[in-house]
Amino acid sequence: MAATMAPRRGMTKTEKRNQIAGLLFVSPWLIGFFLFALFPLIASLYYSMTNYDFIRDPQFIGATNYVRLFTSDPDFWTVMYNTLYYVGFGVPLGIVVAFTIANLLNSDIKGRTLFRSVIYIPSIVPAVCTAMVWLFIMNTQYGAINGLLKTAGFPTIPFLSSPSLAKPSLIMIYVWAQGTAVVIFLAALQDVPRSLYDAALVDGANAWGRFWNVTVPLCTPVILFNFIMGIITAFQDFTLPFVLTGGGPMKSTEFYVVSLYRNAFVQFSIGKASAMAWILFLIILIFSVVLFRTSARWVYYGGEK
Amino acid sequence: MTSASQTVARKPQVQQATKPRSQSFAKGFNLGLIYLALIVLGITWIFPLYWMATSALKDDPQIYTVPPVLIPNPAYWNNFADAWTRFDFNRAAFNSVFLYAVPVTFFTLASSLLIAYGFAKIPWRGRDKLFWVCIATMMLPWQVTMVPLFIIFKNLGWINTYWPFVVPSLFGNAYFIFLLRQFFMSLPEELSDAARIDGAGELGILWRIIVPLSKPAMAVVMLFAFLGAWNNYLGPLIYINTESMQPLALAIYRMRTLALSMGTTALAYPHLMAVSTLVALPIILIFIFAQRTFIEGISTTGLKG
Repeated sequence: MAATMAPRRGMTKTEKRNQIAGLLFVSPWLIGFFLFALFPLIASLYYSMTNYDFIRDPQFIGATNYVRLFTSDPDFWTVMYNTLYYVGFGVPLGIVVAFTIANLLNSDIKGRTLFRSVIYIPSIVPAVCTAMVWLFIMNTQYGAINGLLKTAGFPTIPFLSSPSLAKPSLIMIYVWAQGTAVVIFLAALQDVPRSLYDAALVDGANAWGRFWNVTVPLCTPVILFNFIMGIITAFQDFTLPFVLTGGGPMKSTEFYVVSLYRNAFVQFSIGKASAMAWILFLIILIFSVVLFRTSARWVYYGGEK
Repeated sequence: MTSASQTVARKPQVQQATKPRSQSFAKGFNLGLIYLALIVLGITWIFPLYWMATSALKDDPQIYTVPPVLIPNPAYWNNFADAWTRFDFNRAAFNSVFLYAVPVTFFTLASSLLIAYGFAKIPWRGRDKLFWVCIATMMLPWQVTMVPLFIIFKNLGWINTYWPFVVPSLFGNAYFIFLLRQFFMSLPEELSDAARIDGAGELGILWRIIVPLSKPAMAVVMLFAFLGAWNNYLGPLIYINTESMQPLALAIYRMRTLALSMGTTALAYPHLMAVSTLVALPIILIFIFAQRTFIEGISTTGLKG
């Protein structure tokens, strides 16, 4: 590739000058790409096939780490199940809630900016801060939600201390922090041409019909975008489970990156952690590719086919 | 689904034709329902932040009273100062701002500007191919490169420093390069061509023509680069071990450990909520003052992604 990009004899003076200037301008990225992306990527692939603990030299063991993870690791499938549960329920729920809120905001109301701000702010506040307040609110003894339940005479809910409720509780918080998706949806909704709604009205479509036959199809590109972004970020979620539950109770919120972090920086099982990282990379890649491939069937791209 | 909703869609048309008055009533009723839904959602969404800020003003008895105390009375404003000094939060704030967020924001902006200019405004062979590589790196989960980069930075003696964050920011950030490049592409070519004829160098064109026109896009980059640094948790967790070097996110986590061990004594929860509020506050204030930049940033990158 480098050979094709070097200035050549056939080029005019300006072309040569542009070739050099262009390469110079992007050179920081190019250097960074080799130093901070490509080289670590290859190194990580190599480490994933070694036994390594930061201290002794890495020892090449082939695919053993991968085989062990899939066949004999006691935690890997638990972690995988937890993560798929979180992604599988959290992301679609997040999309539905965000899209619903965006549609409410897009109606003919006053105070849209205020409502939008209220919905959006939780998604930019540091996750550590929101984790702290949820930790407090969801506390079984003195949390606000259980306080209200007690007052009303209901039994308390152990949101974060019950293995069966901890994942749904974290999903609830995930959905609460989907303000970015709401803003993206709202922008897409505001781009839907009015004329289409007028045409649908003439055809006798009621609000529900207009929603399903105009709004939803025109928003499918953004739904696809938010879906892919949601999957990528949810698979990599770390701060919330780590700070709120530390992976507990009984490993019920030990999510992928939490486990990866522990393997790398607490257990120093670098080989295993690197193998996990590559598996995560492939999973995200497969999900994105599958979504893209099937998108031709359900995503509507105006007239530009 | 579609055919079913279409048949449903037909019905109201008849009513519309015969009962115009009920239609306007229905419209008002619908709008009322939308307001009701938005108010309920708004209160739900803002409640955790409200609870964080108000719990910071409580004393211990108010924390565990049932029913929960909605408005702290009396309000202990000195909790904020006490919590801040309980751990050395001045030091943590200094680290977060001057060692981390500000340099990273500045260098990310500067390097991404240069790189985006090279990708947008200078024609050279191989440019678009390399730009695709740049886009592709956004798909790379950073957990894959996390371990090898840690080993590199450890060998450079950068543990307990902010170099692992500042140095990579000198090499641009794919997301911001993309954002700026898209923005630069929308600027008319004639402007830079005219300057070129007048003998301006590429750097001069970038600095005197492109930069003044790109302030909105640059504001988006600065905002999100700052936000990323301020909110980052896993990065500092890996690289910063000594307490005096910790950024705010890690200092809050240290306070959490204290809160959990003390339960409802010694103002553990009010203090935890106080520091969380103080760390979240700058982000909320920045959002309020730069709301349009935020919303436009997300909407445009989201839609063009």
